[in-house]
Amino acid sequence: CSHHPGKARDQFQEELVIRPLHSGDIYASFQFRTLWDTDFLQERQKVSHYRLFPKSLGQVLSKFSVRELHISFTQGFWRTMQWGQPFIPSPPGAELWVWFHDTVSDVDGNWKELTNVLSGIFCASLNFIDLTNTVQPSASFKPLGLGNATDHRFLRYATLPREIVCTENLTPWKKLLPCGSKAGLSVLLKSEKLFHSSFHSQAVHIRPVCQDEQCTSKAWELRQTLNVVFDLYTSGQGKKEWSLFKMFSRTLTEACPLATSSKVYVDITDNPELFELSPATPLLSQAVVLGDRRTYSVFDLTRAETFGQLRSLNLLLRWKGDSGMLRPLLHAERYVAGFGLQTGEIHTVIYNNHPYRAFPVLLMDSVPWYLQLYIHTLTVTSKSRDNKPSYIHYQPAKDRHRPHLLEMLIQLPPHSMTEVTVQFERALLKWTEYTPDPNHGFYVGSSVVSALVPSMVAMNTNFTQDQPLFSSFVPVKEESSYFVRVYTEPLLVNLPTPDFSMPYNVICLTCTVVAVGYGSFYNLLTRTFQVDEPSLPLAKRLANLIRRIRGVPLLA
Amino acid sequence: MAAPLTLLLIVAVTIRAVLFRSSLAELISERVEVVSPLNAWKRVVEGLALLDLGVSPYSGDVFHETPLMIYLFHFTVDYAEIVFMVSPYFVDCLSCFLAPLDRFRKQKYALESDRYPADCLELLRSPKEMFYIPLKVAMFYLLNPFTILSCVAKSTCGLNNAIIALFIFCTLKGSALLSGILLALATYQSIYPLTLFAPALLFFLQRLYIPVNLRRSSFWFFTLQYAFIYVGSLVVITGLSFFLLGSWDFIPSVYGFIFSVPDLTPNIGLFWYFFAEMFEHFRLFFICVFQINVFFYTIPLSIKLKEHPVFLIFMQIAIISIFKSYPTVGDVALYMAFLPAWSHLYRFLRNIFLVSCVLLACSALFPVLWHLWIYAGSANSNFYYAITLLFNFGQILLVSDYFYAYLRREHHLIHGLYLKKKDGTEATLVLK
Repeated sequence: CSHHPGKARDQFQEELVIRPLHSGDIYASFQFRTLWDTDFLQERQKVSHYRLFPKSLGQVLSKFSVRELHISFTQGFWRTMQWGQPFIPSPPGAELWVWFHDTVSDVDGNWKELTNVLSGIFCASLNFIDLTNTVQPSASFKPLGLGNATDHRFLRYATLPREIVCTENLTPWKKLLPCGSKAGLSVLLKSEKLFHSSFHSQAVHIRPVCQDEQCTSKAWELRQTLNVVFDLYTSGQGKKEWSLFKMFSRTLTEACPLATSSKVYVDITDNPELFELSPATPLLSQAVVLGDRRTYSVFDLTRAETFGQLRSLNLLLRWKGDSGMLRPLLHAERYVAGFGLQTGEIHTVIYNNHPYRAFPVLLMDSVPWYLQLYIHTLTVTSKSRDNKPSYIHYQPAKDRHRPHLLEMLIQLPPHSMTEVTVQFERALLKWTEYTPDPNHGFYVGSSVVSALVPSMVAMNTNFTQDQPLFSSFVPVKEESSYFVRVYTEPLLVNLPTPDFSMPYNVICLTCTVVAVGYGSFYNLLTRTFQVDEPSLPLAKRLANLIRRIRGVPLLA
Repeated sequence: MAAPLTLLLIVAVTIRAVLFRSSLAELISERVEVVSPLNAWKRVVEGLALLDLGVSPYSGDVFHETPLMIYLFHFTVDYAEIVFMVSPYFVDCLSCFLAPLDRFRKQKYALESDRYPADCLELLRSPKEMFYIPLKVAMFYLLNPFTILSCVAKSTCGLNNAIIALFIFCTLKGSALLSGILLALATYQSIYPLTLFAPALLFFLQRLYIPVNLRRSSFWFFTLQYAFIYVGSLVVITGLSFFLLGSWDFIPSVYGFIFSVPDLTPNIGLFWYFFAEMFEHFRLFFICVFQINVFFYTIPLSIKLKEHPVFLIFMQIAIISIFKSYPTVGDVALYMAFLPAWSHLYRFLRNIFLVSCVLLACSALFPVLWHLWIYAGSANSNFYYAITLLFNFGQILLVSDYFYAYLRREHHLIHGLYLKKKDGTEATLVLK
């Protein structure tokens, strides 16, 4: 590859982490990181050199003055209690949150155009994101990159829980990679295997980062992550024996030539005696991730000897017995209670599984406007006692303009279950506002629980260049805790529906009743009472006419 | 008179107290026939809770009460039940003054009774009959199941009814100042009592013996006085509301809400399903049509009934209750309380049996079909809508029947009760 003299220091790293889960499933997490070295934050000069960074995203960043962009498409729901914590959490459906620059004057206009442009780039229906499902969280979504912005007027967050992820979304996502799907780890991304899984999530995260510890130069970082969990029975034929070929129907043959680092990490921490990994590798790495010290076998794809004589790498993992799993310290569930189509209750249950430490969590709920929340019915109970949140930010919904936003800071007692309940009423919408299948129900986006969970193991706060990508996604500020974001299930709520075949009939019938009222009053107002003189029948009237002509007296 | 009235009050208080303490209270306060988005108690509590959280109650779309209600309930929210129990008794004051009203009219007729044909005297009411009218009015209001339901649900409709009743009381008593102020308060609460300006004005003109002649300066003098009192108090009340929260947010939230009907929660009125099924293109047109429908009967009715302003008040209140955007049974109960005052019209009513059957049947069917639609899932919205149509049709029939009977009695008073045709046989009377 050619090297430009001077400051062309774009970098590309790729890695794959394979983690066997104790239920027999296997979790594979791809991360592709492109660093784009360009001076952007100070002057908005037109950039015309795109080397590794995809041009479509670069133009989006400069046109809409985006400082951070996080978009994810997820199929399936991450089961925290069975699978542990994911490296990068994501809610079912599509999620998009963006921090704009302070210089933007019309954030809503930029947001609208941005969603439409991203909808085209990713072939997704992000154009359904509008003001009725966008919120501005005040505390839950702080910037993950550089910058200490606190003005949440420049933050926009939206989810589309109903969005389905399929091959049409994977293909443009793969095109953003420098090597496409031709070389390196991205050859494994074949849709027929990826979508035949329990959980599939692909995401794009763009943020400004420091390039070195002293932060003398800044760069744009683009991280493309793909998390997939293959089910033991659907994909694995019931045997705890996984290989790259079985998971992806491909093997690795070479690293991406544009990558400075291309590694495969296999988590071998659990039960090392019962675990079999071939081909064997001498490289081992230890990392503290998600509050746990894990050991990984490393396969460096930039070294030719990794591929062996066959020039292809097909990892084989086999294990027997049940390995223990670190119980996730923070876990949340959500469900709708109540019956009938008039009212209901949303219950959010948050579990703190730490044996002796209490910690606060930030719960963010965004409920669509057609479920009218009653905040005076909000109750938070821990261990059957009232637990008053120390910070509540509530923005009520405006019909057809914006959704409810509820953010609360709740202190979770150790080893406890906290239940948050709030009552709502279901609205009757206009007949044109229902989706084509109204009895399917309406989706309510996942709640977001964000917390700094106390860590059993000291976290690594040092910044090193060759840190594995999976442990450097979220910046670690202190040793004693790590940041965790848990998404709950989305809810499916039925609304009462009018009869869609009836608009003309309803208009006619209601106008008839109004006209009956009008007619009665009109008669009584304009007519007077008169004695009823009966009129003669027709024959007699004609006879009278003839008699008048003859001059003879008339009939009675 | 005092003893039966006291007994009635005790019975009414007992019924309400028993229902307040039972489990039915919560059930009743959720019923859509009894509460609407404008006057539900749940929403008042929600508005106060939002105020406590530091958010303006009008920033969302849940609270549609006027700021003076916030003032009132901020201090009395714990005693809400007492507030709602006291308010129906204001309507009683009204009843006490219907008797002198009729005395006034009887005096007027007595002066002119020599003008009446002899056989009409049976149409005039005897003092004995009129003695019991206040008790009957009180009974009709306090023991009306609609009123009891509305009170137990703590719907602010009861307070609105109390204000309107006080306004009628002050009008009948002859105090123009108080009447203007109370009318302004009633209009401030929900815009529709604006139409009661005309009957109140006509009553005062009649009382002060000012002829309703547009060319006479005395007419204009009094009209302008009354209008000034009314508009002035309205401006003062609105200004006070501005200073409560420091913003004009309440105007689109309360009056914009009443006029533009954005919330389509089912109720006993005609608006909700009509606008749920409306083509978007025609929505504004039909909103205007339906809202004008409430106001435009004022002028024709005032012209026809300019000598009978009390009946005009009854007609206006009935029209408001039927055609307003979010009616509840509390509004229906208000005009039904007047019916004993027109008990002498009974012989001229044509459809009273049909109307009472329709209203009773609909009142019984409302909860049944609601349950079938919302909870059982075996019916759909059309069933509830049909009963809504029938209920409103029954109400319209009731009101127009009473109007017919009133006009017919007036005709008989002038032309005699037993009419004969030209040839001496018994005649029938028709509207032509």
